[in-house]
Amino acid sequence: MKNLFLTALAVISASIGIVLAADHIDAPAVTSTSSDITDFYAFQSPESSSNMVFVVNTQGLMDPTASATAAFDENVMIQVNIDNTGDFVEDLVIQAVVNDGKLSVYGPVKPTSTGLMGMVETDATVTTTDVTEYGKTASIGSKNGIKVFAGPRDDPFFFDLVAFKSILAGTATGFSNPGADTFAGTNVMSLVVEVPKSMLGSAATLNTWAVTKRKI
Amino acid sequence: MKNIIRAGSLLFIAFSASFLTSCDKDDDTNPFEGLTYQQEDQMGRPAINTVFVATADKDDFNETTPSAMSGKYATKFQNQLMALNAGYTTNALGMDAATFSGALATDVLNVATSGTTTFFDGINVLTGRTLADDVISTELLLIFGGPDGSANPNLTDDNVDANDKAFSNTFPYLASPH
Repeated sequence: MKNLFLTALAVISASIGIVLAADHIDAPAVTSTSSDITDFYAFQSPESSSNMVFVVNTQGLMDPTASATAAFDENVMIQVNIDNTGDFVEDLVIQAVVNDGKLSVYGPVKPTSTGLMGMVETDATVTTTDVTEYGKTASIGSKNGIKVFAGPRDDPFFFDLVAFKSILAGTATGFSNPGADTFAGTNVMSLVVEVPKSMLGSAATLNTWAVTKRKI
Repeated sequence: MKNIIRAGSLLFIAFSASFLTSCDKDDDTNPFEGLTYQQEDQMGRPAINTVFVATADKDDFNETTPSAMSGKYATKFQNQLMALNAGYTTNALGMDAATFSGALATDVLNVATSGTTTFFDGINVLTGRTLADDVISTELLLIFGGPDGSANPNLTDDNVDANDKAFSNTFPYLASPH
């Protein structure tokens, strides 16, 4: 049974290619590009139960040397989509763009249009700060209870990816104990936005997702 | 006469200055205004595209809006789930293969607007995702662990339970880079 199971895993492994991590290098078109999302988090603020925090990490698996010169792509918009009506269509967006080393975060705001194409909602409330440089103290922008940050951070994701790949390849029958965090020592480019929950509508549960969009 | 000329010049200069200010305002137009952006990557729950979507579909999945995902991907997700774990019956959430696959195929992260927000903390399930949540072990447990989480014990936990750097309780919460 176990052999059958592992055989099935090996077949899957071959069919889906190299298996990676949370969303790091998840698809051919975005792998190793400035729009590759590695992880998305949404949680109640540790500082205030009245606030929600959204984290979108991009450009993963950077060692310290790469991190020191990494930058946000000025042609890429990072957007958090928020559905508060249960139809899986974004009712509110938070949009982050960078220009000349400065972060501008628009919203939360109802988007002019939903879906794959979009524009920066430049009439919305904008919260700004400098992009934090590698090795410098975090630069935090705040306005109307919103807080924003963008810059290199430790990748908060942890996973023994090497062991998982061995399992899929049929060269291991299970994880090791203790495991080894494949993402230890690596960095990402982080966007962190904290907003008052009162800006997100009245739904008990929000459906949220992160997207990156490139200027065309 | 000189005074009149001077007054006129001043008026003209003032008018020009105000006109120039208007022009400057136009020059300072928001650099992002009027630009069109096209989606490239997308993510709701961790590892969904990575684990459940076939190579040929990965880019398409990133460009499928969540409202269209279930119709397009639920069956493919169920096939993938059964291929990963041919013995799948239900999981610790009591979801059969079709229910679990259908839920995963709409790749959004649910987050509660009051109370605990966590991917799984032993009590609360899928009410958000914090930095410290061991999301991979949760997903492994739901895929391989069977109805009570005890099946395939060597596949349900990668034995990496925490990040290599401590998180902060103050904004921006993530640890400084290595």
